[in-house]
Amino acid sequence: MIHQVENPVVELHDITVSYNRKPVLWDIDLTLPHAAIIGIIGPNGAGKSTLVKSMMGLVEISSGYVKMFDQDLEQVRSRVSYVPQKESVDWDFPASVTDVVLMGRYGKLGLFTRPRKADKEVALECLRQVDMQDYANRQISQLSGGQQQRVFLARALAQEADLYFMDEPFAGVDAATERAIINLMKTMSKQGKTVVVVHHDLQSAQEYFDWVVLLNLRLIASGPADQVLTPELLQETYGGKLTLLAEVGALLTKKEFPSREKG
Amino acid sequence: MEHLLDFLSLSDPNVRYVVIGSILLAASSAIVGTFTLLKKKALVGDAVAHSVLPGVCLAFLLSGVKNPLYLIIGAFATGWLSLVLIDYITHKSKIKEDTAIGLILSVFFGIGILMLTVIQKSGNAAQSGLDHFLFGQAASLIGKDLIVFSSIAVILIAAIWLFFKEFALIAFDENFAHSIGFPVRALELVLTTLTVLAVVAGIQAIGVVLMAAMLITPAAAARFWTDKLKVMIWLAAGLGAFSGLVGAYISYVAPAMPTGPWIVMVISIIAVLSFFLAPRKGILFRFFTQRKFQNQMLEENILKLFYQLGETEGSYYQSRSMAEIIARRPFQIARLKKGLKNLYKQGFLKTSAKGWAYTRAGKRKGQRITKLHRLWELYLTEYLRIAPDHVHEDAETIEHIITPELERRLEEKLRFPTLDPHQSEIPYRKL
Repeated sequence: MIHQVENPVVELHDITVSYNRKPVLWDIDLTLPHAAIIGIIGPNGAGKSTLVKSMMGLVEISSGYVKMFDQDLEQVRSRVSYVPQKESVDWDFPASVTDVVLMGRYGKLGLFTRPRKADKEVALECLRQVDMQDYANRQISQLSGGQQQRVFLARALAQEADLYFMDEPFAGVDAATERAIINLMKTMSKQGKTVVVVHHDLQSAQEYFDWVVLLNLRLIASGPADQVLTPELLQETYGGKLTLLAEVGALLTKKEFPSREKG
Repeated sequence: MEHLLDFLSLSDPNVRYVVIGSILLAASSAIVGTFTLLKKKALVGDAVAHSVLPGVCLAFLLSGVKNPLYLIIGAFATGWLSLVLIDYITHKSKIKEDTAIGLILSVFFGIGILMLTVIQKSGNAAQSGLDHFLFGQAASLIGKDLIVFSSIAVILIAAIWLFFKEFALIAFDENFAHSIGFPVRALELVLTTLTVLAVVAGIQAIGVVLMAAMLITPAAAARFWTDKLKVMIWLAAGLGAFSGLVGAYISYVAPAMPTGPWIVMVISIIAVLSFFLAPRKGILFRFFTQRKFQNQMLEENILKLFYQLGETEGSYYQSRSMAEIIARRPFQIARLKKGLKNLYKQGFLKTSAKGWAYTRAGKRKGQRITKLHRLWELYLTEYLRIAPDHVHEDAETIEHIITPELERRLEEKLRFPTLDPHQSEIPYRKL
């Protein structure tokens, strides 16, 4: 059940990723459509975050390639935004909410240029979109989990990109924030932007996403949400363990055998 | 005293140089150290500091003179090598970073001490003063030494000013920095180089053994006082500069005394004071806030008790003796006395020969606390499905922190109930 699309916004060609020689993603080959909200879904340890990181060039790919807007990431970086898991940073860092949102402007500013007044206004406008304008001068250490996520989203909005990758934006946030985030995503996709979301809650998947990628070490399905979220495919993703695949992976680690000849 | 005035007037040009040099060095290492701290690389700084010693000795052995430029190049080389090795060991073996740091630090420092001993035993007259690099000698910061070490300090400050935005970003969110195409590896390389340079710059005034303290301690102390990165950097620089100044003074009055330990003592005292005294994060501040809450709870509990006694007897404004109060609720006598006295001072209670009685304001407050207690009990039983006999303890705390805004929402959510789960009446204020 792997749908390929014409003129895709993202194309993954036969991606394999290994950590310490152990493959965590096997031969992922897929295309994603424009102007959609796309969910990457799978159990814990399925490699969802790794897939997004490999697309953003944050982890090394053992084989295959990634294209965005039919180009290498390097050429289109200013059109792509990445929202890391909020747990990946130390929220005790001495910075205000505005400081963090302004980081979204750094890509456009480049090295050695300080944010200008215009950037500050963009930052404030982005805070308004996530309903955090009253917290602009608040220290980030004083924010709740939901507020932290909103700040990260505001930073992504400040990048004014066309393609957004968000790693678990719904994890550890309150119901109101979850609502606010999904509404924001819907607005974004109406404006022609594509949002790719790592997600682990099956309940809400059907409602939230136009397109769903089912992942568990290998690609199980990629296609319109209503065609992919079937009991059989979900069973294949979450159910029967692929013990053989896991064992081969373990063997590669144990023998320090390269997962690819050149590796 | 005379010394101090002489020193502070800066009339002696040598003193002037030493003071300027010490302040610059201490401030610049504190500024670089702020980022070392935020990147959680404090221990790495210590390893670098110890690892520059063999470089200093090697430079002397090869050149045979104590030229600051050669010594700095040597120090920089082994300082850098230590970082490369730590990185290599951490990534290519099963050894974790803390172990790698410990290994490299001791091996490099050991070799350094070995070489230093050999040099001192060699009878080379030019070597005298080389041992100052161990614990620092600010007074020797004159002439060529001053120019070289101060230039490094100025370069450091300029570099941090230039890279401020970039360093702050990679310290906070490296992945994001990668994702927007910033050259994270190169930036880290620059920051590491600056750290090594900061250590190298400080070795003459502070010495290799204690140099790490000058990197980390000012920033750690400054962190207690502020949540703003820019303020933190300025503050760290200021605290560093002050301790540098003290070090220079010690060096002036007692030339035989090593300066490093003194500078570190001063900055450590500042750090300890910050730990205790800083607003919000300091130990004392937290202690006093806790005590304030304890007193507030005590006073509100007394007022609540007066209300409950009034309820039972049907007369709220009657005087109560301490014995009567304790019979209903076993307060500690000393605490109770203090609470009653405070409430009297605040105008919630009045005194008479027969004891203590509500004022109007006191009754209003006691009634509100009773109401909040019962509302919260009801909320817990209705919305959290907690058994009625388990809700009292919880309500005992929550009643003290509910704001008027939450109070209103609670009343509306429960639709102004009349009875709590134990069938006591919930007292609303009559309008």
